[in-house]
Amino acid sequence: MQQIELANKKALDTMLAGDPVLVDVVPAYTVIPALTDRKLILHAGPPVAWDNMCGPMQGAVAGIAVFEGWASDLNDAVQRAAAGEFEFEPNHHFDAVGPMTGMTTRNQPVMVVENRAFENRAYCTINEGLGKVMRFGGNDASVLQRLSWLKDEMGPLLSLALKECGGIGIKNIIARGLTMGDEMHQRNVACSSLLLRELAPALAKVSDNNASLAAALAFMGSNDQFFLNVGMATGKAIMDPVKNIPHSCIVTAMCRNGTDFGIRISALGDQWFTAPVEMPEGLYFPGFTEADANPDMGDSTIVETIGLGGFAMGASPAVAGFVGAGAPSDAGNFTQDMREITFGENPEWTIPAMDYQGVPTGIDIRRVVESGLTPTINTGIAHKEPGIGQVGAGVVRAPMQCFVDALKAFAASEGVQ
Amino acid sequence: MEKQLVKHAVASLFEQPVHVVNVGLEGFADELTSQGTPVTHLDWQPPAGGDAKLADLLSKLGS
Repeated sequence: MQQIELANKKALDTMLAGDPVLVDVVPAYTVIPALTDRKLILHAGPPVAWDNMCGPMQGAVAGIAVFEGWASDLNDAVQRAAAGEFEFEPNHHFDAVGPMTGMTTRNQPVMVVENRAFENRAYCTINEGLGKVMRFGGNDASVLQRLSWLKDEMGPLLSLALKECGGIGIKNIIARGLTMGDEMHQRNVACSSLLLRELAPALAKVSDNNASLAAALAFMGSNDQFFLNVGMATGKAIMDPVKNIPHSCIVTAMCRNGTDFGIRISALGDQWFTAPVEMPEGLYFPGFTEADANPDMGDSTIVETIGLGGFAMGASPAVAGFVGAGAPSDAGNFTQDMREITFGENPEWTIPAMDYQGVPTGIDIRRVVESGLTPTINTGIAHKEPGIGQVGAGVVRAPMQCFVDALKAFAASEGVQ
Repeated sequence: MEKQLVKHAVASLFEQPVHVVNVGLEGFADELTSQGTPVTHLDWQPPAGGDAKLADLLSKLGS
């Protein structure tokens, strides 16, 4: 089975060769043509029908339908969704990813990350901030008003700034972020600041309105998770060229829709392997408990797929406490565990506190099934009812059944019984 | 002579403080620890959680 090792080596090399650059922010329909004339709603995770969507996912669908002008209010939107008036497909089917509920629709601005080594592009919406936001199922007037501002002011301004500076390389920002305590899933303080530092001069240069500029800078400056969506588009841009390498059993995507967890592996292209999602274990904001929590959700696990998030916990002792994963001194243990299920490591993304070892990279389904260790994921926790928003943050494991099913299908494709 | 040396080695083993290496089920380590016996626990489980069919597939796939 030397050819599997060689194929996985090629997959890892392809990941490491990726050169993601944030190049633009554009209306989603301009880069995802399927959104142009259909009432198509892209969501996080593997495919899911309206009837099987969890509460926050349905809440987000209702909100985004009102935002797009496809419904007069939230109740009208729910009725139209139940009647089959909207189409639903995963972001992953359109080179895109979205955090938590992951709504991507026609007029939302999406950030464009170009992998210049392989000339592919990936898309993700702009992070809305914390609390009551659409990605956590929020859908009231304040949520829709923020989305409108992102569409009409923030998105176009970011687009001008990115063109002014010729794009921003992301690989180096992540490398520096890891040395500053980020793991790029639940802690993006450093990377958000580094990105702002690069963008601010260009924003100032292209803006002709001080109030708009101030609002944009304040929005980015007050949102510790602003970089998350950039990191997600980066993950998608890095992983898409890894698809369809014959004989490779490296995971190319992991995602959740609040109902099912799905993975894809390289050799089997676009095929999903799904299992019911797990419930995160974590810490809750004041006034909320685990009884309020929705099961695991979002495309953000693309950052774990490239060796960040729970895989890079050792770089981020502070996040261990934030997500209730134990003492800061335990953070490195999560990263060490993930070394057991990965093909290699990333020499450019290193962890100072772990003697500059690279983050564990390239999830090998054989090692997952053999060891019994499933990927560790750092995640936000949404309220299980629509319209409320984020209630906490925690750690969750990918369900083993996805990997077992993928292994069996992979074995069959290799002619192994 | 050789037999005497082995006998002495075995006897001396029980004259020293015991340090246990526990492999697999953590409950055994916990029990000894609760009795004050030093234990080094090795977190181990059979490949594929003991599923023979999966273990066979893994073996054929080079894992």
